[in-house]
Amino acid sequence: MHVNEAEFLQGISGFLGSYYVTLAVLNGIAALYVWERLEKSRLALVWLALAVFFLALSPLAFSGDSRMMGIISVPGSIRNLVNVVMGIPWAYSTGTLVFLSLLYFFRKFFVKPVVAWSGLNAALLLMGLSITNPSFATIVTKPDNVPIVGLVFLLGFFTWLGANKAVTNDQRMKQGLEPTEKMNSEKILVWPDLVYTELICMIALTALLLVWGILLQAPLEEPASSVKTPNPSKAPWYFLGLQEMLVYYDPWMAGVVLPSLIIFGLMAIPFIDFNKQGNGYYTIEQRKFAYLTFQFGFLVLWVTLIVLGTFLRGPNWNFFGPYEIWDPHKVEALNNIDLSEYFWVIGLERALPSAPAGAGAIEQIGYIILRELPGILLLAGYLLVMPPLMAMTVFRKFFFRMGFLRFMLLANLLLFMMLLPIKMVLRWTVNLKYIIHIDEYFLNF
Amino acid sequence: MPPLGEVIRNSQIWKSIFRHPMPTDRRNRIVVMLTNFFLHLHPVSVKKQGIALSFTWCMGGVTFFLFLVETITGVLLMFYYRPTIEWAYNDILALRDVMSLGIMREIHRWGAHAMVITVWLHMYRVFLTGSYKPPREFNWVVGVILLLLTLLLSFTGYLLPWDQLAIWAITVGSNMARATPFLGHEGPGAAILTVGGIDMITDASDARFGLLGARFVGEETLNRFYVLHCIALPLAAALLLAIHFWRVRKDGGISAAM
Ligand code: HEM
Repeated sequence: MHVNEAEFLQGISGFLGSYYVTLAVLNGIAALYVWERLEKSRLALVWLALAVFFLALSPLAFSGDSRMMGIISVPGSIRNLVNVVMGIPWAYSTGTLVFLSLLYFFRKFFVKPVVAWSGLNAALLLMGLSITNPSFATIVTKPDNVPIVGLVFLLGFFTWLGANKAVTNDQRMKQGLEPTEKMNSEKILVWPDLVYTELICMIALTALLLVWGILLQAPLEEPASSVKTPNPSKAPWYFLGLQEMLVYYDPWMAGVVLPSLIIFGLMAIPFIDFNKQGNGYYTIEQRKFAYLTFQFGFLVLWVTLIVLGTFLRGPNWNFFGPYEIWDPHKVEALNNIDLSEYFWVIGLERALPSAPAGAGAIEQIGYIILRELPGILLLAGYLLVMPPLMAMTVFRKFFFRMGFLRFMLLANLLLFMMLLPIKMVLRWTVNLKYIIHIDEYFLNF
Repeated sequence: MPPLGEVIRNSQIWKSIFRHPMPTDRRNRIVVMLTNFFLHLHPVSVKKQGIALSFTWCMGGVTFFLFLVETITGVLLMFYYRPTIEWAYNDILALRDVMSLGIMREIHRWGAHAMVITVWLHMYRVFLTGSYKPPREFNWVVGVILLLLTLLLSFTGYLLPWDQLAIWAITVGSNMARATPFLGHEGPGAAILTVGGIDMITDASDARFGLLGARFVGEETLNRFYVLHCIALPLAAALLLAIHFWRVRKDGGISAAM
């Protein structure tokens, strides 16, 4: 990568220059809109200034010259800092969780269009400043990864849009008004209103797909070879969240049990959610628990893990910072310890129980169970004690309103969902490998 | 001589297809919705809110449109592509380098990625507006199956170019199946399933074998995934889509119409 850095910069200069011109145009349009429609001249000037700023960056980018490009890059010291900080195992996941929580708690602030537009500009600028880094560029512009960049921005936009409408509705409903969705109950004919919207959508989408197809060639690597294993070997991007779970759980959990439970859990949502409010309009206040649980599952446990698996996992599934070169020889010390070892060897200072030579099958199983007893008890406790405990404490109201079956379904799905973050935290804090480790029967948990 | 448009619209052929005048007045705008096969997917009138872009994000519609794009480009690709080890890779190569409509492959691939994204966004919207609540519980369940089918369609299609990207992605993905509890030869509990000391679940009889048609991703897998991708899964999706749309209407239209 480093040898032909100049060549690399030359290669992306055209793209990056057009990128900044596009950003300038976008902000120009925003300025015009704010000026004409909202009649806020001061704000319009801000966006206009930003447009000029982006326009000024574009010749630097178009030049392709490494000194000029240096000006419009994230400085090396910050890049290193980001790599180091993100290299801390818990930093990425905890960081996104904290970030999303902040967005949630201060949603009244973040749903303002001005704030959102500033945030979008900041994110796009950061992308631009980062893309001059070869490591970052290689991974982000890999054709099959481009959709994920799109996904992140689309999700950001729609999460914002949904929250914006929810906050408006929540404020209205607090004042005893109906949600905005109900104000507009006028009936209109499908022809022409809906039919034409659909037609325009179809034409726009066809155009988009054509442009996308012309600009970006579909990837085709070398012919398949069952002897040359690429490193890293990655599943298609939409399954990378599952592949990331393999770090914490064995394939039977990460690849079979948990995905099945995700599908099952999704199907169960309408039958668990007994809340009659919030049907057919955006709201957060009226269904906080459902909202937060879904967002935690979707944004935190699904989408951020996909982003992690796609952009930050390199050879040997090692973690690499966004600006770090994917070095296949990077070694990560793996000294993870089983719970049984913690209990018997470290806690009680004795050897792991193991069957004497020549023991029968039953005896061997007995010893295995003894060896793994701490983990088995812990897991059984988690799955058996937690539901009644939840029913008696935090979920008391839910329990009475939902009835036994519904509540058990909810509790168990929640407990299984939390297995992943729990294991993550245990791995980061005490290097826990398996809670139950029975290699003899492929039963590692 | 009357204008050409009028001549066409007054011809017997036109009238045999469209049995009513242009939908320019209220009556005919209703009639068109009732008499056109494609349009009758829709009701005649809807609440304004129900079709507001900012409410539905049009994501269900976009997903369906992408499904249609995938069907059309997919059929075109099937004319060229042969699902065998000798030809698969070369055919894709030819699509890229020499075929004049080779861009169909690009559209098919990016459309597939886009469809995965839009189906998630659609689900997200349905969740955020609480549209899965009664009476729409069942349609949400149908939707979840459609989501699964979308992912499986994309996954099976990923193998077909038969390049390094393809076989290793499918290898990583399908390796999970060998750890299926009881049904995978490296899954917990499989060792219990023995008859007279002979293992029932081996690497040649487990869930992964069923998926791949072999012990590893090979010729049989290509065939199996091809059939799934081009026939079985699209048919299943089409059936469920029909149910999905039918239920949207039977459940009272898009939820904001409440
Ligand atoms: C191939 C995939 C899918 C297609 C083509 C599709 C298409 C559609 C369309 C066109 C609508 C009309 C309203 C709208 O556009 O929002 C709709 C409504 C609906 N969809 Fe889907 N859908 C798909 C997958 C899903 C999934 C994954 C879910 C949920 C898990 C889902 C649940 C629903 C529900 C509950 C409604 C009724 C919403 C309401 O009344 O507001 N669908 N779908």
